[in-house]
Amino acid sequence: MTQFLGAVAGGVGLGSIYALLALGFVIIYKSMRVISFAQPAFMLAGAVLVSYLSPSIGFVPAVVVGAIAIAGVALVVERVAIRPMVGKAVFVIAIITIGIDIIVRVVAGAFIGRDPRQVGDPWGIDAWEVGGVYIAHRHIAAFLVTSVLVIALFAFFRWTPIGLAMRASALDQEAAMAQGVSVGAVFAVSWALAGGLAAVAGVFAASGRTMDQNLWHIALAALPVIILGGLDSLGGAVLGGLLIGVAQQVVASYHREWFPGLDTNIGSITPYLVMLVVLLVRPYGLFGTKEVERV
Amino acid sequence: MLAVQNLEVVYDDVVLALRGVSLEVPDGRIVALLGANGGGKSTLLRSLSGLLDVHDGEIRKGTVTLDGASVGQLSPSALARRGIKHVLEGRRVFKELTTEENLRVGAHADRRNLKTNLERVYGLFPVLRERRDGQAGLLSGGEQQMLAIGRALMSDPRYLLLDEPSLGLAPRVVEQIRDIVVEINGQGTGILLVEQNATMALEIAHHGYVLENGRVVMDRPAAELREDADVREFYLGLGAEGEVASSFRNVKHYRRRKRWAS
Repeated sequence: MTQFLGAVAGGVGLGSIYALLALGFVIIYKSMRVISFAQPAFMLAGAVLVSYLSPSIGFVPAVVVGAIAIAGVALVVERVAIRPMVGKAVFVIAIITIGIDIIVRVVAGAFIGRDPRQVGDPWGIDAWEVGGVYIAHRHIAAFLVTSVLVIALFAFFRWTPIGLAMRASALDQEAAMAQGVSVGAVFAVSWALAGGLAAVAGVFAASGRTMDQNLWHIALAALPVIILGGLDSLGGAVLGGLLIGVAQQVVASYHREWFPGLDTNIGSITPYLVMLVVLLVRPYGLFGTKEVERV
Repeated sequence: MLAVQNLEVVYDDVVLALRGVSLEVPDGRIVALLGANGGGKSTLLRSLSGLLDVHDGEIRKGTVTLDGASVGQLSPSALARRGIKHVLEGRRVFKELTTEENLRVGAHADRRNLKTNLERVYGLFPVLRERRDGQAGLLSGGEQQMLAIGRALMSDPRYLLLDEPSLGLAPRVVEQIRDIVVEINGQGTGILLVEQNATMALEIAHHGYVLENGRVVMDRPAAELREDADVREFYLGLGAEGEVASSFRNVKHYRRRKRWAS
């Protein structure tokens, strides 16, 4: 039981990271009908930037500044590389985002350097022990920060004029334009939000370990998360992220008992297995709209 | 005054939808735009509201002017801020948002008097106040049309471009919409009304245009159009004697002539 609870606690922490990444994917998808494959790069860039900032200005300000800076980078990338392509086939834009991903990742990766870098988080691998269950501080922090961000996002989409305009534009772009909504502004804000969220996710993914080039692999698991939650559902992204995070950690933890013959831990492919099973039952994801287009 | 001069619009670089149209919408008047399907009525509205881009349309010749200044190349949001609001054909409400959220999006172009405008719209359409927290997609067709018009009114526009507001509505609801259009006009908004329901449109309009194959073929005060024999026969469904055609036997038969010219 303690093993299970420990795995769940770790899964919630991991799932929070997935949720942040998946939210970025969903926000961009809703506004442009494109899956942006540049999210992993923004995540890595965010973590690298914070690792440079935190020794001088402290961890928390570094995360805030880092997230805003990466949001700015995403804004520029959208304006320069994506906006001229608006109106082209969705497929073309998706391919361009892959190119952006590679460029940003290589540039950010060049700053990692040879010495071990850390994001400078205050908790490291510390953990509380509650009745035999170890709960890492970083997982709690990830969960709390994600909760706050999710609440802030929902408030943003519900009450602010631009948030409301983004929802309207996701439902019917032409009708939103007729109301005076600038579609360019909607695209820009969605990319900035996605970039900022990815940067925060990167910080939590990198905390408790040293930075390496392969950090972005974590962002790939956000793809099954958004497919599972439904491409166009923010709530689905959050719940899907937590669900897949927990499933992955539980499988990883019980790997030895369940699959004694396998040497490689099956935990890392769990997100995809869960996605396959869910898609068999609900092809449009758990919370997605039924007629979501194919991409 | 909102006007177009010698406007030519091309879709996808090949389809010529408007061939030199000139039209004027004076402040505070109702102008009706009649014509068969494919005549270019919606295209004309799109060139006034900047929404041609969405449909790969492009102004090739001619100008769109607002008070004499050319506005043909402005974005839809810039035109909305200048007070030109387009109510799209087929209502196009944001179905998953609530009624009030729809209206708040409508105020996007000018949020200064949101409260007053909201009260004004609820005054014009009391049924929307009753359903303010319900999903817009669950409103009836007539209520959705009211919401679409109310949404456009939320930024207090100078000109309202209405694309077939009576589409698919019961006669009684059409009357309701008609009265509301008159009331909105009475409050000082200029209206360009595109309609298949020519009877309704000519009843309330001050001036009328008939558009066929991308050309203006008639441009007269509405009262004259109501009396014009051709308009009566083709658009008002009245026989040559002024009676509603009671049997298809009495409807004149025309042989279609195919011509490559014109």
